[in-house]
Amino acid sequence: MTWGRRNAFRRGFNRQPAHMGSTMAEKMLARHAGKSRVEAGEMIDVRVDIVMANDITGPLAIKEFRKIGIDRVFDPKKVIFVSSHFTPAKDIQSAQQATILRKFAREQETVYFEIGRGGIEHVVLPEQGLVVPGQVVVGGDSHTCTYGALGCYATGVGSTDVAAALATGEIWMRVPPTIKFVYHGERPPWVSAKDMILQTIGRIGVEGGRGAVMEFTGEAVGGLSMEGRLTMANMAIEAGADAGLFPVDEKTLAYVQERAKWPYEVVNSDSDAKYMQVYEFDVSTMEPMVACPYDPANIKPVSQVDKDPLDQVFIGSCTNNRIEDLRIVADLLRGRTIHPDIRCIIIPGSVDVERQALREGLLEVFQQAEAVIAPPGCGPCLGGYMGVLGPGERAVSTSNRNFRGRMGHRDAEVYLASPAVAAASALLGRVASPAEIAREGVTA
Amino acid sequence: MTDMTSINAPTNAPVMPSEGKAWVFGDNIDTDVIIPARYLMTTDAAELAKHCMEDIDPGFAASVKSGDVMVAGNNFGCGSSREHAPIAIKGAGVSVVIANSFARIFYRNAINIGLPILECAEAVAAVHAGDTLHVDLASGRIEDVTTGQSFQAQSYPESILRIIAAGGLIAATRQKLQAAGRLPA
Repeated sequence: MTWGRRNAFRRGFNRQPAHMGSTMAEKMLARHAGKSRVEAGEMIDVRVDIVMANDITGPLAIKEFRKIGIDRVFDPKKVIFVSSHFTPAKDIQSAQQATILRKFAREQETVYFEIGRGGIEHVVLPEQGLVVPGQVVVGGDSHTCTYGALGCYATGVGSTDVAAALATGEIWMRVPPTIKFVYHGERPPWVSAKDMILQTIGRIGVEGGRGAVMEFTGEAVGGLSMEGRLTMANMAIEAGADAGLFPVDEKTLAYVQERAKWPYEVVNSDSDAKYMQVYEFDVSTMEPMVACPYDPANIKPVSQVDKDPLDQVFIGSCTNNRIEDLRIVADLLRGRTIHPDIRCIIIPGSVDVERQALREGLLEVFQQAEAVIAPPGCGPCLGGYMGVLGPGERAVSTSNRNFRGRMGHRDAEVYLASPAVAAASALLGRVASPAEIAREGVTA
Repeated sequence: MTDMTSINAPTNAPVMPSEGKAWVFGDNIDTDVIIPARYLMTTDAAELAKHCMEDIDPGFAASVKSGDVMVAGNNFGCGSSREHAPIAIKGAGVSVVIANSFARIFYRNAINIGLPILECAEAVAAVHAGDTLHVDLASGRIEDVTTGQSFQAQSYPESILRIIAAGGLIAATRQKLQAAGRLPA
């Protein structure tokens, strides 16, 4: 018996019998389905740890929840609503939608982030320790996959799925297969997590991850900050993936330990886990990338994008508006002035990010450079609110989608890029590499 | 707030054959194109339907007739999780969407709200815009009345058939809670 226990210990706590390893996605889903293991393709009911919705998806979820006929949500502590998209209210209709969300949150005593106290859900939830490793999280927003950076299984769903999860604390799922992405080498100057994910989407296409989990691994991923990992996981949906997961390492634990509001569990993939496919990348040969209209997979190295004049630069969104992003932008803008033909909008992702940027003097740098700073929220990313693009206008944006009509008029053009490329483009009035600015004194 | 069009099909409604004109779209039709975010201040199906597809086919919403069929390539409904997208399509009168494949969230949303969707690459390859299609949702049989060709769509997994049979996820959830004694029958 002693030998048996030692042997079991040596195989590791999370391990299945030696001949049948599991991915971290399979392990998290199995545990939340009350099973010892699950296989890709299996249909399961999964217990959820967090259910989230925003001011666009929440009101519809609430309307559907009422139809079920149950009085209370399954567990108010595990339900989070965030006003982020059309807040502060842009018109009477959006005010009514936000009111539905706010009233329901009060009635059910759920967690709720109002303006001035929150920001974008995908910045707020990780930062506040409300999502932690090992959890299963569903959110009424496709970019819920962002939280996979923390090693939890997080996936975006529609409002009716949110309604059913609010009532039952469960969701139906088809266990997805996992595609492994291995990033080798050391990033050259100005190559960021955003460039790595744009390269990845460019290689596999906008449906290259459809119905699968993307697992991001390799020493170049280990070298990324948590901010960088959140940026990459955020865009897994742009390849059609269910989730974008990062192995939990020391950096994850350091980030989580100081903020976790829930117990967490480290669940990593077995070395003999079964992957649908494996892609390898050498980041040392990468360049800063730009996704050209009208598709996030339509990528070009920044040097090969045309030099036609731009009208607007947006630095923000759930992809790139954390403190590290704002520091990079400030380093490039400090002591300089934005190109006279450019409107530059900078939006911190959350109240905490804004407060930190204020403390570090970054907001003053932005203002001196003649950028406009808008309140934490989604801003121009989805073309429904401020900073909407007119016909034929061209913009660089640090957000995640450049679909036709996404940020305004159907003929407007959006070029997706990193914060560094966006800042350089704002200064030069055209798509530009930060290296062009750096020559004048700022280094990566 | 008004809600003129029911989002969920009536529970246990008989599955009627649908017939209408084919509207053909390409690959990777995203939910921003199906219903742009600038119209998401309402959840009303009739209101959303007025703007369905307007950024790639400005005439669609005004011309589409009840029973018409959307035909598209790969990865239909990619991007945002907005359920307003299948609601807008359903509200516009589209009886079924046929595609090579659907983005996962859109697929779930359509099943959950009772918008019929079928995967059938053969039909997508053969059908022309404006053809009259007759679709038997119960069997997945697609007939191009204009050309005389017919096609068989892929069948659904059993657990998804249960949601469809219940009349959508809300009705299926009610049944689940009733079975568990958490909701009066």
